[in-house]
Amino acid sequence: MVTSAAVAPTEQKQASWLDFLATFRAWLFLAILLVTFEIWARAAYNTTFLFNPFNVKSIALFTVTPLLLALGQTFVIISGGIDLSVGFTMGLSAVVTAHVYNWAVQFGNPPLSLIMAVIAGLGIAIVPGLINGLLIADLRVPPFIGTLGMYGVTRGVAFILAKGTTVPLQGGLMGEIGNGETIGFPNLVLLTILIILAMHYLLSQTRYGQHVYAVGGNVNAALRAGINVRNNTLALYVLSALSAGCAGIFYTAKFNAGAAQAGEPVLLDSIAAVVIGGASLFGGSGTVIGTIIGALIIAVIQYGLVFVNVEPFWQFVAVGVVIIISVLVDQIQKGIGTDGTRG
Amino acid sequence: MEPEDNAPQHPAPLLEADKVSKRFGGVHALKEVSLTLFPGEVLALAGDNGAGKSTLIKIISGVHPPDGGVLRYEGKEIKLDNPHQARAYGIETIYQDLALADNLDVGANVFLGREPVRRFFGLPFVDRGKMRTEAEKTLEALDIHIHRHSLPIRSLSGGQRQSVAIGRAIHWKARVLIMDEPTAALGVPEQRKVMELIANLKQSGVGVIFISHNLIDIFQVSDRIIVLRRGTKVGEVQKTETNPDAIVKLMVGG
Repeated sequence: MVTSAAVAPTEQKQASWLDFLATFRAWLFLAILLVTFEIWARAAYNTTFLFNPFNVKSIALFTVTPLLLALGQTFVIISGGIDLSVGFTMGLSAVVTAHVYNWAVQFGNPPLSLIMAVIAGLGIAIVPGLINGLLIADLRVPPFIGTLGMYGVTRGVAFILAKGTTVPLQGGLMGEIGNGETIGFPNLVLLTILIILAMHYLLSQTRYGQHVYAVGGNVNAALRAGINVRNNTLALYVLSALSAGCAGIFYTAKFNAGAAQAGEPVLLDSIAAVVIGGASLFGGSGTVIGTIIGALIIAVIQYGLVFVNVEPFWQFVAVGVVIIISVLVDQIQKGIGTDGTRG
Repeated sequence: MEPEDNAPQHPAPLLEADKVSKRFGGVHALKEVSLTLFPGEVLALAGDNGAGKSTLIKIISGVHPPDGGVLRYEGKEIKLDNPHQARAYGIETIYQDLALADNLDVGANVFLGREPVRRFFGLPFVDRGKMRTEAEKTLEALDIHIHRHSLPIRSLSGGQRQSVAIGRAIHWKARVLIMDEPTAALGVPEQRKVMELIANLKQSGVGVIFISHNLIDIFQVSDRIIVLRRGTKVGEVQKTETNPDAIVKLMVGG
């Protein structure tokens, strides 16, 4: 008792300091980045980076797609899984949305066509999500493998449906909304904020969200506590697919065309956003707010480097370095938090 | 005052297992083992690895349905298809790994799977404040003091984590508490603390079944000892009528 009492306070202090750093590391990164680009822009081009509304709007729009993919991914990663299929689920949804809109709009009712297209886009996204969930929850396929398989399937089906090309929208309403603004804010950004609020509520305030954390922390504990881990897991992958489906619909609306490859370059960014935002790939931790910050960090790096005229390939380097630092902090924190043996 | 002259020390059994059997494929893990637990009694299950101790407690806690035999709770036959049903009767189990989610705080662990909810404008919100205060209250009542309730419990010591697991069971009004090797992973002072806790539970009328390899623990807190070997019950004795050597003999079949 004497020894443990003597040792405990310092350990706890260290742990809480690292906890603090781990919790706020993403905010810190974002702040450093914004300050760096602001100084850079002022020094090199005598202009402002951050206080330019156009830049802010562009970064916000730029963040929408990776963030939507990352929101569903956040839930999956907290549960200890991963969803590699979201990129092409997004593409599939974008293509189906465009096809359905084009088919429906010829009957002369654009608003109804839009509603049908959105339902179709979300409906088709649910299919790979459900298959992922069933593979993982019922057939015990490791998430990495199951969703990698569905990555291939959705990719193939999306390109087949698009006949290997992009599917341009016929008729204007969807594109108008996708590129329109309401009280000065881009519609897609406003819609994304609504989705964020819903996801944040679901993860942080509901029993479902609480159980996602429990599953990621200790599946056996969750099972013994009577949590329906099977249904929880199934819902996770459907949720992830739905958030990818939203990204696909938004893509079609924004570019006036559906494309199978819409989400391909964004898949890894979405996972990176979750990890940079403080989630552990071992499961059990992560937040929607962290993921938003993570997605913003990536967007600021990408947009900022272009703004200060750095060769675009440096983006990859910068994002890579941020990912590695994030994971290192996570590892160190984990090591201290338990008994120090875990590296 | 009516003298309870001939009445037994314990009025009615809380839980009975009557000739329960369990097979896993070709392995006869448990053969017609019977057990009776009275309120306020500590019953120790002793036995070597593979003796059937875990199978027996898993049947009582609803994890495995028995192939033969019946369970009775307060004299009434019960059927347990899952741990949820066992818990509804107040049969709580603390496994060796404690079944705690390390990434969650004390309150969330005590309420794991049974989180209270408050509604605002029809939307349900998990009531974290209630989880924290109720968990704190329960632990304080058990004389368990954890200072930082908001931290994930991975930052707690082994004994504190054990206490959280026990606190959880008590919070949910456990009447039968099953503990699998509660002191195995603990240092000596923390072992002592857990033994004190078990004594407290006994005082409050909880029936405790505990599995242990540690004969010192068994002799310290138990009232009665059941010895299993290769799936059968080879002995059942009051602690006061036996000694560690005799128990070891029963365990190894010497």
